[in-house]
Amino acid sequence: MGKPRVAIFDFACCEGCQLQIVNMEEEILDLIGAVDVVEWREGMSEQSDQYDIAIVEGSITRAEDEERVKEIRSRAQILIALGSCAATGGLNKLKNNFDLDEVRRCVYGKDGSKEHLNTLMTKAVDEVVDVDYKIFGCPIELREFVYVVRCLLMGKKPEIPEYPVCVECKSKGNVCLWESGQVCLGPVIRAGCGARCPSAGFRCFGCRGYVDSPNVDAAKEVIEKYGLDVEDLKTKMVLFGSGSTKQQVTI
Amino acid sequence: MIKELNIDVKHVTRVEGHGNIVVNARDGKVEKVQWQVPEAPRFFEAMIRGRSYEDIQTIVSRICGICSISHSLVATKAVEAALGIEVSKQTDLIRRLLHYSEQLQSHVLHIGYLAAPDFFGVKSVVPLVGLAKDAVLTIVRAHRVANEWSELIGGRVTHPITLIPGGFTRVPSEQQFRHLEQRLRETMADIGAIADVVHSVAGEVPAFERDTEYVSLRESSVYSFYDGQIVSTDGYTAEIDDWESVANEYVVDQSTAKWAKWHRDSYAVGALARFNNNFSQLSDSAKALAGRFGFKQGCCNPYMNTVAQLVECAEIAESSLRIIDELLSVGVVEEKVSVKPRAGVGVAAVEAPRGILFHKYEFDGDGKCVAGNLCIPTNQNHANIQNDFEKLVPEIMDQGQEIVRQRLEMLVRAYDPCISCSAHMLDVQFVGGESES
Repeated sequence: MGKPRVAIFDFACCEGCQLQIVNMEEEILDLIGAVDVVEWREGMSEQSDQYDIAIVEGSITRAEDEERVKEIRSRAQILIALGSCAATGGLNKLKNNFDLDEVRRCVYGKDGSKEHLNTLMTKAVDEVVDVDYKIFGCPIELREFVYVVRCLLMGKKPEIPEYPVCVECKSKGNVCLWESGQVCLGPVIRAGCGARCPSAGFRCFGCRGYVDSPNVDAAKEVIEKYGLDVEDLKTKMVLFGSGSTKQQVTI
Repeated sequence: MIKELNIDVKHVTRVEGHGNIVVNARDGKVEKVQWQVPEAPRFFEAMIRGRSYEDIQTIVSRICGICSISHSLVATKAVEAALGIEVSKQTDLIRRLLHYSEQLQSHVLHIGYLAAPDFFGVKSVVPLVGLAKDAVLTIVRAHRVANEWSELIGGRVTHPITLIPGGFTRVPSEQQFRHLEQRLRETMADIGAIADVVHSVAGEVPAFERDTEYVSLRESSVYSFYDGQIVSTDGYTAEIDDWESVANEYVVDQSTAKWAKWHRDSYAVGALARFNNNFSQLSDSAKALAGRFGFKQGCCNPYMNTVAQLVECAEIAESSLRIIDELLSVGVVEEKVSVKPRAGVGVAAVEAPRGILFHKYEFDGDGKCVAGNLCIPTNQNHANIQNDFEKLVPEIMDQGQEIVRQRLEMLVRAYDPCISCSAHMLDVQFVGGESES
């Protein structure tokens, strides 16, 4: 078998996750040695419609984008959703909390009703097509990306953490941010980031999405222990946890 | 004599985001020249409503992966303006230093990874490894230093986490600043080496000029990236608070992208605008670098934006070393931040790597965002790119379709557009069927 052909595509997003791939620096040359990158608009001028692995960044927000991602899916044996926008809908789903016509008017004023400014409820890629692997995070953690790609090249199934950020945070010996009155989402959010934000003194705001089976009772206990409000937690969860059709967590 | 042109580039490559180029000419007459943006809009101004002042920089950072630090910084400054928060001298210096890291990262990315392949006649940086391996490794090294520098201060490379209204969650130690200083001194040599490479292919920079109004920030004491007054090469000035009457954003039927204009029907922002407005404030090494290219204030060749970015890399390294010296001379301390919400409106501006970036927010008494308005550099350049296209195409159409296409793509790349950024609010239209060949 020849080298797998890889193509990278993007939809509604900031392209920050692709930038992390660029940030592999010299390592990217090793990666390019192991695979055949056939399309990557942000980095190369080559284009192709034949590939084995499609890496898709961004959320799906328009009918034409749904068609495009279906086309990509039909050509790829493996489809990877890269980053929060693709894997969970990410921050783009904040839009789903509003009436969409009103959103268009808010940004475009009287021009908002023009047909070409149509926008649908923001969807994660797996709300439109089947996704084989998800790489969480806003942005992705480079180490995790390299790990997933390496697993695929070796024919192994990558193991993505199914425990909360608190586990990684505690193992680093950090003082809990709840102690200083911050509403940190560590108890219910998927680990794998090395508790990057709490380690830098900033609350976890949930960019990797909920862990598969969040311990909601434990989260409630933490909230009560620190005399905070469930509403505080819900407000913070809105950033990266709005309007998901696939996973709902109620507190 | 070339009489027909049919160019339809869907999704220009090696730029951030999605942009299209359409050109039609019949019987030697140009019928249609368009720069179009089919990027999916994301409606950030709508999404921030109802969110706490504490979350604004976290949300709007996601407008752009490349200039997330600029977005976080300008948002934090605008929130502080609204809430009446003054920051310490130390916070101001460390923020400027963080901002410089992004400028260097973004400029090196653009010069080395996105623009350079054009100058060497290849399709990406990958074949460049075979053609100029040392140059690529130097670029990679400088890019990595800038990224590690962003991570040191911001907590990670993209979407910083340490920036909060009032200051930082934590700041690097003096020892870490000393280490950074050492790395930056090495990087200054690397910037010189990158300049050598760019200079060796400078003959490939197309000769094209169009008299243009260039707009940037200007500070009295330093070549500005971080603050100041709005200035124009046409001799006008305005305060940051009045940015909405500078950008004058408007909708056009032709491409439906929101464009901007001030005194003419378009203006340009970015490295070339800063260079043209603030040349005299550049450091000696930056001026010397410009001199090697015969690059002078008043340049109206948009392709030279890439060289202006290179000149700024020298400026950034030197100014950053000066800030580190200042921080170390007085000592770095952990500062406690305490912020109380109040109702108010706040406006701020910074120079993102690709030009002036304006943010404005309004908060209620609980610190909840009521409204916001953001104006992104690439929005301010779209109309100017269109005007450049219209002058350039008739000038070079004799050289044939392939050259015209290549020059137009290079021109778009020279502006280093951040199209995802600009489409946080852009009107959007796909290429119409009538123009497609």
